[in-house]
Amino acid sequence: MIIANNVSKHFGKLKALNNVSVNCTRGECIALIGPNGSGKTTFIKCILGMVVPDSGFITFNGKNILHDWQYRKNIGYMPQIGRYPDNMTIGQVFNMMKDIRRDAGNQPLDESLLAEFGLPQLLNKRMRTLSGGTRQKVSASLAFLFNPDILILDEPTAGLDPVSAEKLKEKIIHEKSKGKLILITSHILSELDELITQIIYLQEGQLVFHKKLDELKQDTGEQKLSRAIAAVMKK
Amino acid sequence: MKKILKYVFTDILRNKIVIGYTLFLLILSMSVFNLEDNSAKGLLSLLNIVLIIVPLVSIIFSTIYIYNSLEFIELLVSQPLRRKHIWSSLFAGLAGSLCTSFFIGTGIPALLYAPADIALVMTGMGLLLTIIFVAIALLAAVITRDKAKGIGIAIFLWLYFSLLFDGLVLFILFQFQDYPLEKFMVGASMLNPIDLGRILILLKMDMSALMGYTGAVFRELFGTATGFMIAIFVLIAWAALTFWLSLRRFNRKDL
Repeated sequence: MIIANNVSKHFGKLKALNNVSVNCTRGECIALIGPNGSGKTTFIKCILGMVVPDSGFITFNGKNILHDWQYRKNIGYMPQIGRYPDNMTIGQVFNMMKDIRRDAGNQPLDESLLAEFGLPQLLNKRMRTLSGGTRQKVSASLAFLFNPDILILDEPTAGLDPVSAEKLKEKIIHEKSKGKLILITSHILSELDELITQIIYLQEGQLVFHKKLDELKQDTGEQKLSRAIAAVMKK
Repeated sequence: MKKILKYVFTDILRNKIVIGYTLFLLILSMSVFNLEDNSAKGLLSLLNIVLIIVPLVSIIFSTIYIYNSLEFIELLVSQPLRRKHIWSSLFAGLAGSLCTSFFIGTGIPALLYAPADIALVMTGMGLLLTIIFVAIALLAAVITRDKAKGIGIAIFLWLYFSLLFDGLVLFILFQFQDYPLEKFMVGASMLNPIDLGRILILLKMDMSALMGYTGAVFRELFGTATGFMIAIFVLIAWAALTFWLSLRRFNRKDL
């Protein structure tokens, strides 16, 4: 569904992405792994069109995403740090998003996560008064709200309490079973084990490998993802 | 696009500064017209307000507003929306609300107290200047990521257009006073929307005699209907071109 072709991006002297090419297909749950500053978030932002690559291109269902905007109807994005207009309430943010995205195909809304996180009780709270965790809950609920074909989750469980993180993980597994493409970045490898099917490993903006989880386990002879990645990093 | 515009509008209205600006303009113009029994004098005082305060408020408020809504912009960009529409909505929302403020605060009192044709020209100039300076603010805000720098650029641009530019022109005039510079002056005035606005209003008020021989040249060009249309066209081009530049920048900006 998403094919990146030799995508490169510089920020000044820093090479955030260097000739990254990957092919992400439907029904997979892919983990983007790499040290801090390895270009994971930049790559995600490239897919979303928030960052425009210097060279290379990304296609979505065979169409180049440059100058396109319709394709974002199919994407639910949960940013690493959810930033929302300060003086809007949670309810207003949800209404605005529904208003913006609704006529773009009248899919039924998926409000299950909203209910699970207990957000309906908080609808009148202003965004600026929210804690980091609640903000994450809002971001997660928004990402799943429109039943998108693709979910892009940037460190989804960072800042969530264990119960909520578990609920989110269950939701991810549930969506995966529906055959959606899910991209996750995370530093907590232990929680990825039960979610993912493929791994993209980035280091200093360069793609080190893109493998199936089973392959990686075989290659390294380890049973746990965290150990397998540690084995790779040592090399 | 209409939807985004709706949210920009409600957001600006929730921000009480625009309402304060309207009241400030209203009080100012009412007092100016009520202090002077001669409406021409009142208009002249008002002219200075229009030419100094309107660009200042437009440019500063818009720059700060854009920086403060960066989160909002970021949120919208990741949604199925065209960047062009997001940016145009911000522009339309800012220009629309500030123009409404100006129209209520200064336009209506001027139309009530002053001769219709001069009041119309002045209101029109004020509205055009508002739009131009919102566009300049958008350009300043899109060029740099740093809020302090962006606001600094905005203030400097305002200073340049309202003070420094005239200083530069005067300097050139004195340096080359042996040469006929009237044509040059006409050209130079096109480079500054505030100057162009001032000239058009003064010409309408029959104050061109105060501007000496250059005033006569201006009268010759801008006094005619064609010249007036040209000036309006130049002002509109200022707004359109600046906005287009900022839009181009925004389309390629990394968020």
